[in-house]
Amino acid sequence: MSEGKKVRFIITRQDGPNAAPYEETFEVPYRQNMNVISALMEIRRTPVNVKGEETAPPQWEMNCLEEVCGACSMIINGKPRQACTALVDKLEQPVRLEPMKTFPVVRDLAVDRSRMFDALKKVKAWIPIDGTYDLGPGPRMAETSRQWAYELSKCMTCGVCLEACPNVNSKSDFMGPAPLSQVRLFNAHPTGKMNKKERLHGIMGDGGLAACGNSQNCVQSCPKGIPLTTSIAALNRDSALQSFRDFFGSDHQ
Amino acid sequence: MAGRDFVNRRLHSFLGVVPIGLFLIVHLTVNWFATRGPDAFNKASQFMEDLPYLLVLEIVLIYLPILFHAIYGVYIAFQAKNNANRYGYFRNWMFFLQRWSGIFLVIFIAWHVWETRIAMALGQALDFGMMADILSNPAMLVFYIVGVLAAVFHFSNGLWSFMVTWGITVSPRAQRISTYATVVVFILLSIVGVGALFAFTNSSYAFM
Repeated sequence: MSEGKKVRFIITRQDGPNAAPYEETFEVPYRQNMNVISALMEIRRTPVNVKGEETAPPQWEMNCLEEVCGACSMIINGKPRQACTALVDKLEQPVRLEPMKTFPVVRDLAVDRSRMFDALKKVKAWIPIDGTYDLGPGPRMAETSRQWAYELSKCMTCGVCLEACPNVNSKSDFMGPAPLSQVRLFNAHPTGKMNKKERLHGIMGDGGLAACGNSQNCVQSCPKGIPLTTSIAALNRDSALQSFRDFFGSDHQ
Repeated sequence: MAGRDFVNRRLHSFLGVVPIGLFLIVHLTVNWFATRGPDAFNKASQFMEDLPYLLVLEIVLIYLPILFHAIYGVYIAFQAKNNANRYGYFRNWMFFLQRWSGIFLVIFIAWHVWETRIAMALGQALDFGMMADILSNPAMLVFYIVGVLAAVFHFSNGLWSFMVTWGITVSPRAQRISTYATVVVFILLSIVGVGALFAFTNSSYAFM
């Protein structure tokens, strides 16, 4: 059928966190419906570049292989996305793979996304339900709200929105859109609402909400179609009101 | 509690619209009198100069807000890692232009204030003749046209992001409608601003 057809991959590699990046080209036999992950696996099986030199197999991260974990995010032909759902048939060739440089590169295509998880801790992106006794069932959530909130809960902390954001970089401490949208998710939850103020204070601190510059690249890039800019604007409203309450005082609970 | 960044960014957004944006509209409107001839313009600018406690008004409503907005704005602009070449979306281009129009305006406004307000403080009359003289130089005319367009753009687009920053426009539809509304603001103020510049260069008023 397509015997002998090869697909060329140009991979930006880096031997360690402080090593200089370099490009290496590989050729992989074409298989029907192959994705970037299967091509990387093929390269790992026979790590020989186009010059015929044997090399160390490129490193990358992967887990679920169905675009719900976010681990295999990388820059594919200039756009950050998940390697598992990047079908080679739909990509321009040669396929260029780069790490998401907004994050510290660990090795080759593997990056350290810790800053996102740190940000989730900072904004308290959870619902505290533990007590020394049974707290009983929480308030109910309307089905329509649940359906709406489900969209926000699709965030897989993949880092694509941070990569696309011009304000997330080494010169700024902006936490990026993903953790902000999680604040909206947990603040919308009937039980989570009880800690709304704490989360708002988390994003009103340095590196939080205010560092957004409205380039809106995040909402264009999110693989899950999460309305990130709507979340940010809604949080802008909530935090504006919160800041007035903090400053002037309020009996509003 | 609100961090320092939060307070500064909100203040930056607020000052850009409330004293500075309103001042821009007043300024361009006074300029527009030039289309009715030198006498009308001189009368309008004289009215502004004769306002009571002018220096207090200038310092509180113009100089301090503009200084803060400019200095903090330059800090914001240089924090961005622009990527409109990779992500060529409309809003990302606006993000890029907002920062570069801001940087250009720092230069333009510094020059413009030096040439007009400071010259007036040093004893030169600020009237139609002064502007006609400045704008008779084609290079300065181009510099002023770009400056006025940059200011009007920066204000219009800033008005859009002001509404997002304060949570006035939240939904995508609200933000789209406010995009259209601010485009209209941009077009109308551009006509006023650039129209006035050409009125100063109108040769039928020469040597008046």
